[in-house]
Amino acid sequence: MKYWRKPLDFDQVKIPRGEVRIIADRCKGCGFCVEYCPKDVLEMSEEFNRKGYHPPKVVKHGECVNCNLCEMICPDFAIFSVPLDDEEPEAEPGESLEQSAAASGPPVAAQQKEDGN
Amino acid sequence: MKTDPAGVLTGAHYLDGDFACGEGAMAAGCRFVAGYPITPSTEVVERISRRFPMMGGTFIQMEDELASMAAVVGASWTGTKALTVTSGPGFSLMMENIGLAAMMETPCVVVNVQRGGPSTGLPTMVGQADMMQARWGSHGDYELIALSPQSPQEAFDLMIDAFNLSELYRVPVLLMTDECVGHMTEKVVIPPAEEIEIVPRKLTAQSPEEFLPYRVDGSYIPEFARAGDGYRFHTTGLTHDERGYPVMSAECQEICVRRLLEKITANADKIVRFDEEETDGAEVVLVTYGITARVARMAIDLARAKGVKVGVIRLIVVWPFPEKRIRGLATRVKAFVVPEVNYGQMVLEVERCAGGQAAVVGVPHGGGSVHEPDDICDAILRAAK
Amino acid sequence: MSIAVEQPEAVVEEHPVAPFLRMDRIPHIWCPTCGIGTVVKCIATALEETKVDVDKVSIVSGIGCTGRAAGYMKLDAFHTTHGRAIPFATGLKLGRPELLVTVFSGDGDLVGIGGNHFIHAARRNTDLLVVLVNNFIYGMTGGQNAPTTPLLAKSSTMPYGNFERPFNLPHLAASCGATYVARWTSLHIRRLTKAFKEAIRRKGFRFIEAIAPCSTLYARLNRLGTGANLMRFYHDHAEIRHGVDPRDVDIGFQDRIICGKFVDEERPTFTEMMDEHYSKTFGDKYVPLPPEGGMIRENSQSGDAAGAASSRREDS
Repeated sequence: MKYWRKPLDFDQVKIPRGEVRIIADRCKGCGFCVEYCPKDVLEMSEEFNRKGYHPPKVVKHGECVNCNLCEMICPDFAIFSVPLDDEEPEAEPGESLEQSAAASGPPVAAQQKEDGN
Repeated sequence: MKTDPAGVLTGAHYLDGDFACGEGAMAAGCRFVAGYPITPSTEVVERISRRFPMMGGTFIQMEDELASMAAVVGASWTGTKALTVTSGPGFSLMMENIGLAAMMETPCVVVNVQRGGPSTGLPTMVGQADMMQARWGSHGDYELIALSPQSPQEAFDLMIDAFNLSELYRVPVLLMTDECVGHMTEKVVIPPAEEIEIVPRKLTAQSPEEFLPYRVDGSYIPEFARAGDGYRFHTTGLTHDERGYPVMSAECQEICVRRLLEKITANADKIVRFDEEETDGAEVVLVTYGITARVARMAIDLARAKGVKVGVIRLIVVWPFPEKRIRGLATRVKAFVVPEVNYGQMVLEVERCAGGQAAVVGVPHGGGSVHEPDDICDAILRAAK
Repeated sequence: MSIAVEQPEAVVEEHPVAPFLRMDRIPHIWCPTCGIGTVVKCIATALEETKVDVDKVSIVSGIGCTGRAAGYMKLDAFHTTHGRAIPFATGLKLGRPELLVTVFSGDGDLVGIGGNHFIHAARRNTDLLVVLVNNFIYGMTGGQNAPTTPLLAKSSTMPYGNFERPFNLPHLAASCGATYVARWTSLHIRRLTKAFKEAIRRKGFRFIEAIAPCSTLYARLNRLGTGANLMRFYHDHAEIRHGVDPRDVDIGFQDRIICGKFVDEERPTFTEMMDEHYSKTFGDKYVPLPPEGGMIRENSQSGDAAGAASSRREDS
């Protein structure tokens, strides 16, 4: 991320990394997760779930910091985030999740909506 | 099992009906009472509030009768035997939560020390005009059990029976006394604790994984789990399935509610109780309950002295009503005479069961005092003609 | 014979608070953008993080949209009659004092029909955690005016705007004697969860007002958009003022919402006062209700009031 000046404890503080899990069939399309994600990781998708709602989808891979805000604010228990392991190399700005994941192995299988791929 | 001796005031006492009710509750193992003051029932909870701290009981005077009944239902879900006490106006207020207790199948006891009504009526004077309300007071279809004592001794004894019946059938049980029995002072013999049999709350032996709060396998009564034992059940006043989850459908209503009715109607023979006297060959059978049964004794003697063969059915369990016995007698007697301190309530049941086979003569009385024995006797003599 | 219910599809990985929810009833009935689900999530998180014995937690709710919450939480759950959740919970608590009894219900249920019970439970400082989800309306029945509906807001029974002064709930609770009073909105998820955690660890009458959007009724009848618009409104107009006098936190229509913790004190609960008073009056003869409650068991079991009482008599 861009800093106005580098924080004094920049080398000690580690920004966590997380991954969003979406349980699409529970979603009622309220949009809270999209609106309040501090990293703008999500967008409403064009897909329909079983009930006809548009669930969210991850559009900014690798940006999730596992703040759990989507998990806390979702009224329908349809989204949560999980921390990613520390053993992987840190994703540098510009590097996508696929590139860092390729180094460490695929994420745990779940119903995950991906952008296009 | 034998009751907890801490609640039993063994000995021969001179008590009024209200105090005897209170003693009966404590002897039966009741350990939670929520009430609201209302004449003429208040002495029951006054007695209980005096003695409860010595036996691990909790009495709380709630802010109104609605709260009292709700608290009783809540306390019963912890496995504690719970009681509330009221009279006519409070009885009306409690109706919704009596329905809740019936729907959730919660054992509990409600004492109604009846007084003159309707509305504020005659707060300090006798009535028996809540008998139909006892059966039909709450909305919807449900069954419950109601008892009627005729003396302070019987008020004590029937309180124990009331708690036992509520445990056996998981149903609210009403003790329909009246101001006369409640304020009448007589000898009450309280036996030693070893002689008092109570039905304890029966907890399920199933594990939390297999337990469903309203599953019945053949019987009518589901197994009970108390709050805090890890069963994590759900119960609701909505029509529910065996998981306790609300299901809004006619099919579920049929299954859920029919069982609430049948658990009493199918066991009516075991529950029904009455005293029967000289009904063989009787010309007229008196059907009485509560204080009127005491007044009627003199009327019966007067009538018998005049040569009428009078039999008596004294209702002890008023609801469910002893339909079979009345139907059976109706073909053999000339008439039923039903004196009550109201303008005609249980007489309607007698009429229904008699089915036109025998005449049914009511002897109404508005309340405020009891019948004159002569009035009942006159009715018997008229019926005998 | 049971009623067959359609089971939702199994998911490989489950939501973190699933152990606290009745997953066989999810998805729940609440509308899209309704805030009740968020409040349920917060209280489930709070229960998990405070590590309370979940077997001893009971939840009692009344009638209404919020009242349905009891049906979705995997605790001993009681869905009772309208307005009577608080006295029912009082009975539960007094019947088995070791229970952590929470009341989870709506504004109409708890301070409308249930108003009398609310003020008396607060007065007695009954040991209850009361979560009131305030959506300013009677949602389940179609959007009628509630005791909390702000002045001029429209509802189905006040179609030209409400002209009745609404309750100021923190003031009501504090003035009646609640020992913990806080208000947050369902947007303030972390602070709301923290408030739940704090309240769980306290005793006495703890009251938390959680303001939540009602999309289908309140927002629609007042042409405010959906719950998402209401959430944006909370974002822009909520002011956090801890410790402010509860008298000053009333809510006008589309006006600022003052959130925060307003009261946090300790006072003896109903049970503590009862125990203290009876101990003084009766000394050794007082038999308090044991934590596991007044249930009479077979006399062979120890540790209950019956056993304690009879053994006390044998000793004396």
